Amino acid sequence: MTFKQTSSVAKLNLIANKIRQDIIKELAEAGSGHSAGPLGMSDIFTALYFHVMNHDPKNPEFAGRDRFILSNGHICPVWYATLANAGYFPVEELMTLRKIDSRLQGHPHYKCAPGVENTAGPLGQGISMACGIALGGKMDNKPFRVYCGLGDGEINEGQPWEAFMFAAKFKLDNLIAIIDRNRIQIDGNTEDIMPLDPLADKMKAFNWNVIEIDGNDMKAVLAAFEVAKKNKGKPTCIIANTVPGKDVSFMEHKYEWHGKPPSKDEAVKALSELTAIEAGLRKMNCEKCGKAAESCQC
Amino acid sequence: MKGINPRMHLVPDLHNVQKVPSRDGYGLGLAELGKTNENVIALCCDLTDSTRTSWFSDKFPDRYFQVGVAEQNMMGIGAGLATLGKIPFVSSYAVFSPGRNWDQVRVSVCYSNLNVKIQGAHAGISVGPDGATHQALEDVASLRCLPNMVVLVPADAVQGEKATIAAGNRIGPVYVRFGREKVPVLTTKETPFEIGKADIYKEGEDVAIVAMGIMVHEALMAAEELEKEGIDAMVINCHTVKPIDVKTLADAARKTGAIVTAEEHQVYGGLGGAVAEALSTTHPVPMRYVAVMDRFGESGKPDDLFKKFGLTRHDIIKAAKEAIAAKKKR
Repeated sequence: MTFKQTSSVAKLNLIANKIRQDIIKELAEAGSGHSAGPLGMSDIFTALYFHVMNHDPKNPEFAGRDRFILSNGHICPVWYATLANAGYFPVEELMTLRKIDSRLQGHPHYKCAPGVENTAGPLGQGISMACGIALGGKMDNKPFRVYCGLGDGEINEGQPWEAFMFAAKFKLDNLIAIIDRNRIQIDGNTEDIMPLDPLADKMKAFNWNVIEIDGNDMKAVLAAFEVAKKNKGKPTCIIANTVPGKDVSFMEHKYEWHGKPPSKDEAVKALSELTAIEAGLRKMNCEKCGKAAESCQC
Repeated sequence: MKGINPRMHLVPDLHNVQKVPSRDGYGLGLAELGKTNENVIALCCDLTDSTRTSWFSDKFPDRYFQVGVAEQNMMGIGAGLATLGKIPFVSSYAVFSPGRNWDQVRVSVCYSNLNVKIQGAHAGISVGPDGATHQALEDVASLRCLPNMVVLVPADAVQGEKATIAAGNRIGPVYVRFGREKVPVLTTKETPFEIGKADIYKEGEDVAIVAMGIMVHEALMAAEELEKEGIDAMVINCHTVKPIDVKTLADAARKTGAIVTAEEHQVYGGLGGAVAEALSTTHPVPMRYVAVMDRFGESGKPDDLFKKFGLTRHDIIKAAKEAIAAKKKR
C-alpha cells in the first residue's frame, strides 16, 4: 500500500462531505458544469481513493498502481475534487476548473492533471479503454486492477455493450465497472428517455458478476468492493444506486440539475446544507476506534 | 522514359511489373515488427485474413486479439493498451475504421496522443464489386484534420511494408491506408521511405503530378505518354499526406509552375486539398485535381470503375494539359 488508506466509515463519510463542498465551490466558480452526478458519486469516489485503490498521489504514474478510468467524463468535478483532497494537486486549484490555461479541463483530458488517467466526454469510450488496460495487465501478469466509472444514461450508447462483451470474453476479472444508477440524464429520467431496467439482469446476461448496492451507503460501498476484488473469472459490475444531487435538498433526484452548476446564491444555500451535515458527521465516532471521526487514524 | 530519379531505385521496367495487393505489405510489416518488438499487438474486427492481420496472428497468437465486429470498442482497447507502453495495431476495412469509429480515434487516440496504429484496409473504389458502402473515399480527409495524427498512403505492397514498420517505430497515432486489389509494384527494397518526405520519382519541368497510393504508378504511365507529346512531367509520390512535405511541393511548384494531384479519394479534403493548402501559402500555381468528384462509388470491376470515375492515366494527362494551359495564360 502506497497511500495511507482510511478504513473508518465515519471518517470516509466526512471526507465525502468535504468533496461535496468542494464540488459546489468549483462549479459555482466555474459558472458551468454538471452538479447532480458528481454529488451522487462522492461516496464511491471517496471509497476508491481513500480506501480501495492502490495508488500514490506523490508518484501518480508508478507502474503497479490501480487505474481509475472515468467513462462519463462530465462528472469530472467529483474526480478532480477527490484527486485534490487525496493530495494529487492543491485543493485551491479546483477554483480554476473550466477556466483558460487551467489543467482542469471541462471534460477530462489524459494526463491534464496528476491522476487523470483518460480522456472522456463523448460517452461510452472510457469503458473500452479500461478493458484495454485490464487486458494489458493480464497479458503481463500484473496484479493491478482497473476501476471504471460509467453513467447509466451513458450506456444508451452502443459502445459500452461492445466493451461488456469483450470484457466477458477475455475474462477480465481485474476490471471493476461501477455504473452510477442515478436514474437521470439531461432530458429527463432514464426510464422515460431510454429504459435500462432490468439493468442487473442485462449485465448478468452479458456474463458479468453483478453487485447491486446503495451507492450512498459507505458501508455497503466498501463491502461491494471487497466482494468484487475476490471475484475470479469474470469482470465485475457494481450497480450503484445513487441519489443525484445527494445532500443538497433542492438538487436531489432532479434531472434538471444533471447539467448545470449552482448560481452563487444556490451555492451558498447548498454549502449551508452540507456544512450542517458535516457538523453531524463530526459528532460521529469512528466505529472501529471509538474516537471522533476527524481525529481517528483508522 | 527520361528523368526517372535513380536514387529512388524503382523497378527497372514500369510496364513489366508484379501485381500484389498493398495489404500484403501490411501483413509482412506487422509480422516483421512482431519479431523485433514484443510490445507490438494486433487487434482485428472479424476481418483477420483479408486485412492480412493473420500473417501476424499465426506467428504471435498471444499478442493478437479478436475483437468481433466492434470497431468503436477496438479503438478504445487500443488506446487502453497504449497507456501501458504496448503498440497496438488496429485493423479493419477503412469504411469501418476510421469510418465508424472516428470519434474514438479523435477522443481516445488523437486527443490523448496515444501510440495506436490504424490500418484502413480495402480503401478506395478499387475494392470494386462490393459497391459504394465498402469503398472508403473519405478516410484521408477525415483523419488528416485530427491533431497528432499521421496519414500514410503507400504506393504498393513493398512500400506498404515499409510504411507499416515506420508507423510502428514512430511514437504517436498513425493511419496507414491499404487496398484490396492486386496493383503494380513499382518500388523496391532499396526505394527510400521516410515519413513526411515526398519523393520525386521522375524529374520534369512542365508540370508536377503529385500522387498517392495506386495513382503513383498511373502518374508515371501518364508522364511517359506526355513525354511522347513533348511535355516533361515531374512525378511525386506523396505517400505522407500528413505531415505534408511543404518544401518538396513548393519547390516542385516553383520549378514547373503547374500541379496535378491524383488520388483514389474524394476530391474534397484529400491529397488535392492538402497540396493546395501547402502551396497556397508558399508558391500558388494553377492546379488540377484527379480524384472522385464529390460522388459515391458503385459496384463494378476496378478497371471499369477507374475509367468511369476518371482515375486513369488519360485523366491525369488531360489534367496536366489543362494545368499547363492555365499556367501559360497567366
